[in-house]
Amino acid sequence: MPSKPKTANTWYLLIFLVLFSLVPVLKTTNYQMLLAAHVLVWGLFAVSFNMLFGVTGMLSFGQALYYGMGAYGAGLCVKYLGQAWFFPGMALGIVLAAVTAWLLGHLIIRVSGVFFTMLTLAFGQLGWQVMFKWYSFTGGDDGVQNIIPPGLFSNKVIYYYLVLALVGASIWFLGRLSASPMGLILRCVRQNPERVRFLGRRVRRNQQRIYIISSLFTALAGGLMSGVDYSIHTDMFYWTTSGHVILMSILGGIGQFFGPLVGAAVIVTIEDVVGAFTEYWSLIIGTVMLVMVLGLPRGLMGEISQLWTRLPGRQQALTTREEGN
Amino acid sequence: MEPIAPILELKGLSKAFGGLKVTDDVSFKVMPREISVVIGPNGAGKTTLFNQITGHLRPDSGRILFKGQDLVGRTTQQIVALGVGRAFQVASLFLGETVLDNIRVACLSKLDQTRKPLRPVSDFKRATKRAMEILDSLGLARYAARQAHELAHGDQKLLDIGIALALEPVLLLLDEPTSGMSPEERHLTRELVRKLWKDFNLTLIFIEHDMDTVFGLAQSVRVLQSGRLLAEGPPEEIRKNQDVITAYLGEEVA
Ligand SMILES: Nc1ncnc2c1ncn2[C@@H]1O[C@H](COP(=O)(O)OP(=O)(O)OP(=O)(O)O)[C@@H](O)[C@H]1O
Ligand SMILES: [Mg+2]
Repeated sequence: MPSKPKTANTWYLLIFLVLFSLVPVLKTTNYQMLLAAHVLVWGLFAVSFNMLFGVTGMLSFGQALYYGMGAYGAGLCVKYLGQAWFFPGMALGIVLAAVTAWLLGHLIIRVSGVFFTMLTLAFGQLGWQVMFKWYSFTGGDDGVQNIIPPGLFSNKVIYYYLVLALVGASIWFLGRLSASPMGLILRCVRQNPERVRFLGRRVRRNQQRIYIISSLFTALAGGLMSGVDYSIHTDMFYWTTSGHVILMSILGGIGQFFGPLVGAAVIVTIEDVVGAFTEYWSLIIGTVMLVMVLGLPRGLMGEISQLWTRLPGRQQALTTREEGN
Repeated sequence: MEPIAPILELKGLSKAFGGLKVTDDVSFKVMPREISVVIGPNGAGKTTLFNQITGHLRPDSGRILFKGQDLVGRTTQQIVALGVGRAFQVASLFLGETVLDNIRVACLSKLDQTRKPLRPVSDFKRATKRAMEILDSLGLARYAARQAHELAHGDQKLLDIGIALALEPVLLLLDEPTSGMSPEERHLTRELVRKLWKDFNLTLIFIEHDMDTVFGLAQSVRVLQSGRLLAEGPPEEIRKNQDVITAYLGEEVA
């Protein structure tokens, strides 16, 4: 992820905020707003995930663990303590997720590549097992219903704007992080960890740091989702949730900061829209993925930015520089 | 007058891979501000020696004293922090980043600013200025905005040296700085290395196969063969040393 599209990223963020803030005004059904909220939450989840994968090169197959913790933090607090505990519960889930990521990180960041991926999957599934089996506390497979955000936020439009504001702020922060020295060293960790050691920097320490940050924002996404759907269920912990977010990132383009957000929008839309007509939506996603991987290996946003650099004006600038050498 | 202490001293360093002795009881001293070379046939253990000095490999026995401190058992990060820098036989870069950012990330590391999460990299004026100075001294400033993978082979090797320089080493190890270069490029690189050695006040040890560079640059020469230190001395002596001629130099010099 080169640093040049910095200004482009600011524009993308603005366009994204404007478009999504218009949804409650232009919508014709509440369902459309729900769909938009799903895109926002999955978008934040995917962008956070991609800080690990696309930026730092850590393919975690267990981010559902943190997503579920955020959701269950809010949901269980509402269930046992009452509606007013929605936001404190969400905060608790986020803190728990960060602490868990810190602890787990020490265990699993020792290994790299496919072993790291397998371990994240194993711990993710362990979390799911616990939530699934502990029926008396978590409601097991039934999940928890009627998680309605308190006060003003029980209004769907107001809650939608809260989601937009928090997702927007989080994505803004992660975008800043990507362009900062911390983002630079993380990209270096992905490209050449050996050389990073020769910069006098600790590879694992940097991986650990982004693992915690990513998990924290993932938990925020989970917490917000519980208030969008008014319910939580153990599937949020399941490996397919982790897999979902990987697909979104690859589809949108892992080399682009906004790629995973675009991927999230496309997949959520396909699922909901196509799902209304046919139950074979997973087949359609599979086909789309196949076409993408074969035809557009950089992902949607990656191909768009590639086109951008090939525009006639830009080409000129590049050749003159070559002649100047 | 107190005698000057060596900056680097190897004492009985040994390392074997299975049955293969790649470093065999090697001892030598390097004085501050010296520019010296390690030569030897392919597989003699030259790179392995650098790997041990930089903490990349742990020797089986022996000591590596840098400014009097033993480096054995320390991590690469600690050794780099003490002032040992290194460039690689095959340029080791961040290929997807710009040429500027390759150096700038090293400058930011040196300034301990790699944990800053909010301001864009270009806001870090000190690191940026320093990185541009280094690119200037390497003649790479005009490529600053290019991606590292777009650079020609020779320029990639220079960029690799630049990353090491950005960390402000006292002792710099260069692994075959001119390998894969054309004769003209070699000549330029040789003069550049000499200039960097002066300008950056370095103690410099390089590994080299090109004899013009070896004899044109080094104040002292060490010859490795099958992990053993075969000979050590000023270039004129090494050139005449019968063991070295039979073992390595052969037709190249005779
Ligand atoms: N990690 C390793 N494991 C096993 N054997 C190794 C390892 N690293 C190097 N060797 C072997 O040790 C010997 C010395 O290797 P080294 O890379 O130090 O040689 P060199 O003197 O740098 O050679 P060249 O001039 O070709 O670069 C070689 O026989 C090599 O195959
Ligand atoms: Mg070598």
